[in-house]
Amino acid sequence: MRPWAKQSTCISSRRGKNGTSEVIDELPIFDVLVAGGGNAALCAALSAAEHVAHVAILESAPREFRGGNSRHTRNLRCAHDAPTQFLTDAYPEAEYFADLLRVTGGETDEELARMAIRESGTCMEWMRSHGVRFQPSLSGTLHLDRTNLFFLGGGKALLNSYYADAERRGVRILYDAEVVGLKFSGDVFESATVSLRGEPVEIRARALVAATGGFESNLDWLKEIWGEAADNFLIRGTPYNRGKVLRLLLDNGAEPVGDPKQCHAVAIDARAPKFDGGIVTRLDCVPLGIVVNQQSERFYDEGEDLWPKRYAIWGRLVAAQPGQIAYSIIDSKVLGKFMPPVFPAIRGNTIPELAVNLGLSADALASTVDRFNSAVRPGTFDHEGLDDCHTCGLAPEKSHWAQAIETPPFLGYPLRPGITFTYLGVKVNPQARVLMRDGRSARNIFAAGEIMAGNILGKGYLGGLGMVIGTVFGRLAGNEAARCAG
Amino acid sequence: MPVEVTRDPAREGARILTICNACRYCEGYCAVFPALERRMNFTPADLDYLANLCHNCAECYYACQYAPPHEFAVNVPKTLAQMRVRSYQHHAWPGPLAAVFRRKGWIAPLALVIALAIWIAATNGSTGTGAHFYQVISHRTMVAVFGGVSIFILIALAVGFVRFWRESNASSGSLANFVALKQALNDVFRLTYLHGDGQGCTYPQESRSLARWWFHHLTFYGFLLCFAATSVAAIYHYAFGWRAPYGYLSLPVVLGTLGGVGLLAGPAGLFRLKQRGDVATCDHEQDGMDIAFLALLFSTSATGLLLLALRETSVMPLLLAVHLATVLALFVTLPYGKFVHGIYRLAALMRYALERLRVKGRNAPGR
Repeated sequence: MRPWAKQSTCISSRRGKNGTSEVIDELPIFDVLVAGGGNAALCAALSAAEHVAHVAILESAPREFRGGNSRHTRNLRCAHDAPTQFLTDAYPEAEYFADLLRVTGGETDEELARMAIRESGTCMEWMRSHGVRFQPSLSGTLHLDRTNLFFLGGGKALLNSYYADAERRGVRILYDAEVVGLKFSGDVFESATVSLRGEPVEIRARALVAATGGFESNLDWLKEIWGEAADNFLIRGTPYNRGKVLRLLLDNGAEPVGDPKQCHAVAIDARAPKFDGGIVTRLDCVPLGIVVNQQSERFYDEGEDLWPKRYAIWGRLVAAQPGQIAYSIIDSKVLGKFMPPVFPAIRGNTIPELAVNLGLSADALASTVDRFNSAVRPGTFDHEGLDDCHTCGLAPEKSHWAQAIETPPFLGYPLRPGITFTYLGVKVNPQARVLMRDGRSARNIFAAGEIMAGNILGKGYLGGLGMVIGTVFGRLAGNEAARCAG
Repeated sequence: MPVEVTRDPAREGARILTICNACRYCEGYCAVFPALERRMNFTPADLDYLANLCHNCAECYYACQYAPPHEFAVNVPKTLAQMRVRSYQHHAWPGPLAAVFRRKGWIAPLALVIALAIWIAATNGSTGTGAHFYQVISHRTMVAVFGGVSIFILIALAVGFVRFWRESNASSGSLANFVALKQALNDVFRLTYLHGDGQGCTYPQESRSLARWWFHHLTFYGFLLCFAATSVAAIYHYAFGWRAPYGYLSLPVVLGTLGGVGLLAGPAGLFRLKQRGDVATCDHEQDGMDIAFLALLFSTSATGLLLLALRETSVMPLLLAVHLATVLALFVTLPYGKFVHGIYRLAALMRYALERLRVKGRNAPGR
């Protein structure tokens, strides 16, 4: 340990709730302070702890809800040249980059993107050395068994391993610790004001890693962008991604990246909780039936392409409908052909009865279904591939899996936009160092994970890439921050 | 609705497993998840099956993004544990004795006292050093009592097994599927689902350990060794006319001693782990039933080893009565206590192995 590690400690005391003075333990000047508690934050803390003695994690959630949106993840997109224990075939870096270009439409920083892709192949061994375990790709996700490496038990199990390892390595973990202020001296980060279990505490450090995610659970911020419609959005992940650190960094001159007005949204069951509904609230039956809005009108081709390629556009489609609500309507013959949803279907023995149970106009829905049914052309139904079942003479048409909705009971699921993440972030350089608007790079501030994912994902999404960005840039930011502090 | 937590274990089980079926992150942990994924909804018979597949390792609880305090409040290990006890009651024979499961283990000391009275009454007053076991209690009496009780408990356990099996709608002929049987026995004898590929499981606490796997093995194989010791002794008696007591290095005594050591260490260890069991994942309502079984196993071994050590002293007749009473109490409570978990676990693992073969067959090329 370096001689100065102990000499300048910051003794904080605060008044307890009952007015008595409660001395909390001394917090040293940390070498590396990691704001955030998800995958990127933990990768940064574990990496920093390999080089320096005093590393702290500030997780704004209580322990039970630690881990941000990483709690809801399950895999990591991994480049590899030959089959591995859990991945089939090969997924070369060139193909990976081509996939990224396709989903982002070229809105990516090529140098950073190629770095992330190259490093994705090294993640597994590193993760394993910190206690993460893996499993073959989950049932219902067979299309991912070549590209995506699944964590045994999912993201929360991964986080449990990282937190346990961080504790073993002496990383100081503070829960209920939200960064509410950042203090700079010139262009050097000096300290963070932290609301620790509701009480303000000043925490000093030699380097800061910002890994606090996006702002998707900050309802006021969402409303600034989308207006009243945002009231009807559901947030699929943690309620703790309020974008506080992101805003502080931007307010202090950090260069923004990513479209501030865009978010990744899918259509989820409207009955899902406001926050944290996660994976189970998804509905995979959209391509098997029709989707109507409050006026019982169809508004988009439900069978445009395979569901894994299209599920992510439906959040925005539903958000554009009146009241930000829509209804997926199917009949009984497609039951069992999609992942079982968590909420029971709303049923009706006739279309008008279903309409009434859904709160729609019976006549309007019956007429929409009639029109759809009579436009269906004969074909051979195959829900696993692009079949030849389509409609003719409708606006909009349905290009695949179009079958008459005629087998009772009829089932309906209400849909709302479910926000996964926001794109706005801070620009970083290849050391994960935050770049400032005046062109300089911050001396001792680094960023990792969702807060800088916009550098690579300007738009769209590639399943499992979020965890790659978190892991690769988390490790990098941790190492660089430690070097900067040491 | 996935958020409306209920107190009825069957409805709660169906609610939770519906959430699991939509999530599937835990698929790699154990047999419960692939088994539930083959179902769209969950009948009481399905719940019995899944509950008995669960080894209560709790990995899925700690990994669960929906575990309390999340409003979905998913707690698979605890809910399935509650449903397991209900399934024990549901399948018990004769029916009225299912009430024993609700007494939370208090029947065990009662059985012990009654058994003690029986054996003391059966002693013929012979005392003093140098006396033989059969001079204290006649061989015929021992055989009559244990033979009668054994036949009864075998019937009771078999009826429970058959009732459980019938619920699955699987034919009784499928029990003779040797590929599945081999898999099921392998999972039982190796305790696959508590082994965690060498890392153990998250019982009694979140950090992984092989402690339960070891202590369960000590208990299980200790029990089998004691059973083997008794069987060998019976062969000695009837086939060769060799009478007990046998020498310290004789096969029955060596087997019994080794088994006895396992039955001391195993149950003691499991009891210690149980005390440390995470209140979040364990159904401590069942502690009485569990501890009664562990205590009877431990006492059977302790009194047996003591009897072996002191069999040539004047306390032998008393120790013999106490030991036989303990064994009898253990025996009569077998079908109405924790022991039955082994019966239903085996049946559930057998059913799982059969289901898996069926799925594999369906996915085979050309089918």
